[in-house]
Amino acid sequence: MKPDFEQFKDIPGTTIFTIEKARQGFWLNQFCMSLREEANRKRFLSAEREYLDEWQMTEEQKQAVLDRDFQKMLDFGGNVYFLSKIFASEGLSYVQAVSTMTDMNVEQYQQMMLNGGRNVEGWRSKKERGEA
Amino acid sequence: MARITAGISTSHVPAVGAAVDMQRTEEPYWKPMFEGYEFSKKWMKDNTPDVAIIIYNDHASYFGMEIMPTFAMGIGDSFKICDEGYGPRPVPLVEGAPELATHLAASLILDDFDMTVLNVLEVDHGLTVPMSLMFGTPDKWPTKVIPLPVNVVMYPQPSGERCLSLGKAIRRAVEQFDGDLNVQVWGTGGMSHQIQGARAGLINEPWDRKFMDDLVNDPETLQYKPHLEYMVEAGSEGVELIMWLIMRGALGEKVDEVYRFYHVPASNTAVGHMILTPKE
Repeated sequence: MKPDFEQFKDIPGTTIFTIEKARQGFWLNQFCMSLREEANRKRFLSAEREYLDEWQMTEEQKQAVLDRDFQKMLDFGGNVYFLSKIFASEGLSYVQAVSTMTDMNVEQYQQMMLNGGRNVEGWRSKKERGEA
Repeated sequence: MARITAGISTSHVPAVGAAVDMQRTEEPYWKPMFEGYEFSKKWMKDNTPDVAIIIYNDHASYFGMEIMPTFAMGIGDSFKICDEGYGPRPVPLVEGAPELATHLAASLILDDFDMTVLNVLEVDHGLTVPMSLMFGTPDKWPTKVIPLPVNVVMYPQPSGERCLSLGKAIRRAVEQFDGDLNVQVWGTGGMSHQIQGARAGLINEPWDRKFMDDLVNDPETLQYKPHLEYMVEAGSEGVELIMWLIMRGALGEKVDEVYRFYHVPASNTAVGHMILTPKE
């Protein structure tokens, strides 16, 4: 069966981690995996740039990590489960990190979740939203 | 003969594990969710299996990007707990069931399911959170476990048809094992959630509830639901629900629904949980 990677591009505000994205983000995600070890977490947090320079990442991937710009990290092939090692090493929760990718602050985001989450209505298609 | 006596499905939200580990289950935010599992903990005391085959996904905890198996099976004597970045969860070591696991892995491969064989595996919240929800906080887990990690993180994930068929093959293989074992199959993950991008926080309760209905009554149709629908309707991480189909396939044609629970939110996620038993 011929893979269809285009089918996901109409989902608004969503980056599907395809095998192609995984290829693009290989070293970014491998860097994240290294943070499973406490010694590496300490070394990374004490000298981020030096630590990143040990990995074959692109300059824009490194900058996105330094900026903690999670949306850019997704754009450059990162996957949120890998990226979670970055925010976990700083003691942040998924909610704290994930909310930075939305147009809400943490409190607003938490309130939305308590109210039942983001309604799918209006969030199914970029075309429908006039974004495509 | 070994036999499959029940199927359990449950979400495996990491924050739920953290709430258990930090003894926050009585707090107002968490209490209603944990209360939903009280029935199940009691039920599980009366129906503790010898072995639980736990279908889950690794969250970049043990598997890096070097190797991404579609279906794998842990056949070791025991499985350590991963450090997911916050330090390992303080839960007991997970004991394996190597005799049944080697039989299962071999049977499935001969049945054309090309399982990756894992003699070494560390398990993450995907497997341990369901155990905490069903067993609480014992000093030692009361059941042996066969971990069955599925790739649901990288597209293409296995199809729904493939997942349901794998469950059916697990049922055949368990029944062919010489040994009097009570076996449960647990399908974990879901329900609707998205933890990335501007659309993060998506929850779709009507879709989730329909999924539970169809899982019970009409899995033969449900299996054809395309990945795209899971991602659009249940969020990019909602596609984890294909793992519930493996559990369902292992229960045979008809099931009795013993229990159902649904709750929003746990962190970013809709929590869904069912106990199903094969109809005689």
